[in-house]
Amino acid sequence: MLNFFRGNKKRQLFGLISPGALWILLFFNLPLLIMLFISFAERGRTGGIASPVVYTLENYKQFFNACVSQYAGPQCDPFLYLGIFGSSVRIAFVVTFFCILAGYPLAYFMARQKPLWRDTLMLLVIIPFWTNFLVRTYALKTVMSGEGLINTILMNLGLISAPLEMMFNEFGVIVGLVYGYLPFAVLPMYTSVEKFDHSLMEAAADLGAPPSRAFWRVMLPMTMPGVIAALVLVFVPVVGAFITPDIMGGGKVEMIGTLINRQFGVARNWPFGSAMSLILMVLVLLGVIYYFRSSSEETRRAM
Amino acid sequence: MAGEFAIEMKDVLKQFVTPEGGILPAVDHVDMQIQDGEFFSLLGPSGCGKTTSLRMIAGFELPTSGSILIRGKEMSQVPAHLRPVNTVFQQYALFPHMTVEQNIGFGLEMKGVGKAERAKRVAEALEMVRLPGMALRRTKQLSGGQQQRIALARALVNKPEVLLLDEPLGALDLKLRKEMQLELKTLQREVGITFIYVTHDQEEALTMSDRIAVMNKGRALQVGLPEEIYERPADKFVADFIGETNFLDGSVLGQSGSTVEIDLPGCGLARVESSRTFTRGQPVTITVRPERLHLNEPFENGNNLKGRVEEVIYIGTDTQYGVRFSERHKVRVREQNATQAQKEIARRGDEVIVSFTSASPRLLTE
Ligand SMILES: Nc1ncnc2c1ncn2[C@@H]1O[C@H](COP(=O)(O)OP(=O)(O)OP(=O)(O)O)[C@@H](O)[C@H]1O
Ligand SMILES: [Mg+2]
Repeated sequence: MLNFFRGNKKRQLFGLISPGALWILLFFNLPLLIMLFISFAERGRTGGIASPVVYTLENYKQFFNACVSQYAGPQCDPFLYLGIFGSSVRIAFVVTFFCILAGYPLAYFMARQKPLWRDTLMLLVIIPFWTNFLVRTYALKTVMSGEGLINTILMNLGLISAPLEMMFNEFGVIVGLVYGYLPFAVLPMYTSVEKFDHSLMEAAADLGAPPSRAFWRVMLPMTMPGVIAALVLVFVPVVGAFITPDIMGGGKVEMIGTLINRQFGVARNWPFGSAMSLILMVLVLLGVIYYFRSSSEETRRAM
Repeated sequence: MAGEFAIEMKDVLKQFVTPEGGILPAVDHVDMQIQDGEFFSLLGPSGCGKTTSLRMIAGFELPTSGSILIRGKEMSQVPAHLRPVNTVFQQYALFPHMTVEQNIGFGLEMKGVGKAERAKRVAEALEMVRLPGMALRRTKQLSGGQQQRIALARALVNKPEVLLLDEPLGALDLKLRKEMQLELKTLQREVGITFIYVTHDQEEALTMSDRIAVMNKGRALQVGLPEEIYERPADKFVADFIGETNFLDGSVLGQSGSTVEIDLPGCGLARVESSRTFTRGQPVTITVRPERLHLNEPFENGNNLKGRVEEVIYIGTDTQYGVRFSERHKVRVREQNATQAQKEIARRGDEVIVSFTSASPRLLTE
């Protein structure tokens, strides 16, 4: 058995990679293949797919041109789903922007603390990971809802006369998503900021750069890999998020994730859900690839 | 303008709070005046406050009390980016995400110098540090010595009033270090900019500086010309830190004019010239350099002390003899090996006479 690997670099490499490759194959690629298969099938009456299997492109067509059969014939709207996809991307950009905006100073603050404090703060950032996402989102709901903490306090102080509408709208969804995904932004940026050699800021100041210019010209470019990692780590899951828009949006804010979720739930349209998932995946993948292609050589190498 | 110095430190104190909660005076009431165009060195052992002093001049650290004047202007509270000084950092602190050209041009860019003018001056600066044609390299693609020069160019291109250098040659190997010492000195003369140079290497300080400040535990013990510091050290620490020296403890027997007679218990009397006045019985320490002592060449009007050779160390150009006079008194004597014969002045265990003129030593009091 061992003789098989001895002295042969290719076989050794194969031997080393294969367990991991098998894992990925089994738990990532196989489910995807199943989804791909379902997306080309017709829906079953009670969920699942119709048997015998009929292969069709209908599910994909539906996404780019949604048609509903009406009394007067089929009613089609090519922008129904694309529009929802577009607004998901927009919300994801806004959320990513605020996550980075809030996360960078936090990461910076943490990195500049003494080791003991730094570890404590790190723990505080990580603890939410150990708490159920659903529970956290519901917790936020009790803070932001009409009879929630914020409104109660503001009303009692007499600052407002009617509760602020902070939920069941896009604002609530964005706040919920920023809150939920902030740790994903903080961690990679913290790693970058912590590695950053602060004496470079002194060098910049020494050469006449006021703090703001030193930040833009030296610190930000050098910590860019962390910012980009944060961008990808927040943007990609947020585009497809469904729990937060569901709870914080109360069904009034539609995102691509809630739409897909519904296909596997009440709508019982697995094939259409699968098709949308794959379309989302491909579009996000293309976006990320395009982003890395157009970003500088430097950041690509740093990733 | 008369009375205006490039840098003036007035009673500067810098206290740090140590992790244990104590208060550490890293720079302890230092007064210093640095003249225009001077090559001035801060010399002292590790932790004596050299870097802290430099950082206060640069503006990275604010003094606890006292004032720092740059060209006669009070600057101790002015932020770093507004001070007319530039620094060459020990680890160079070059910007790794910029090319050599962008690094050197950074200071000019901040001053709002236009692109064309900037390119011209960057090219000149590269010429000056003898690295033309390196403009488009990344700093990671340079050797330590080259990075050092780029750091120098990046600072000098701004034509600062004062250039601050914190052990700029510390990371280089010995040979390159010696080369760069000469180059730096030449460069300083050419550009005529005041240099404040931090080092813990006494030889480096002696060869390069116009004046030296010797520091220990946050205090400036002596400020003076290299030969002053070497020949007339102010105290035991300076004498010991700068070059090699011998200490002989004794007490004053008497003084006639400038000649002081000292009793060295167990090895006799010594006469030493001094301009100061001593009282009878006052404890003093004679300090005298090994090369000022001679073996078996008694001086008629000098000091001749009898001792026994304990060790002989051959060092190539010199031979060093360890000679013991008494329980408490021991010296090292350096003899040049000018001829072959001198190698055999004395052997271990020989009785010898160690001589020195009365003008050679210095008298130190506590
Ligand atoms: N930020 C700081 N906080 C606390 N103590 C400090 C700080 N910076 C320096 N010190 C202390 O102040 C003293 C002087 O430090 P400084 O760096 O000036 O020494 P130095 O003469 O440059 O030594 P070296 O030759 O090792 O570089 C040291 O005891 C050091 O531990
Ligand atoms: Mg230092």
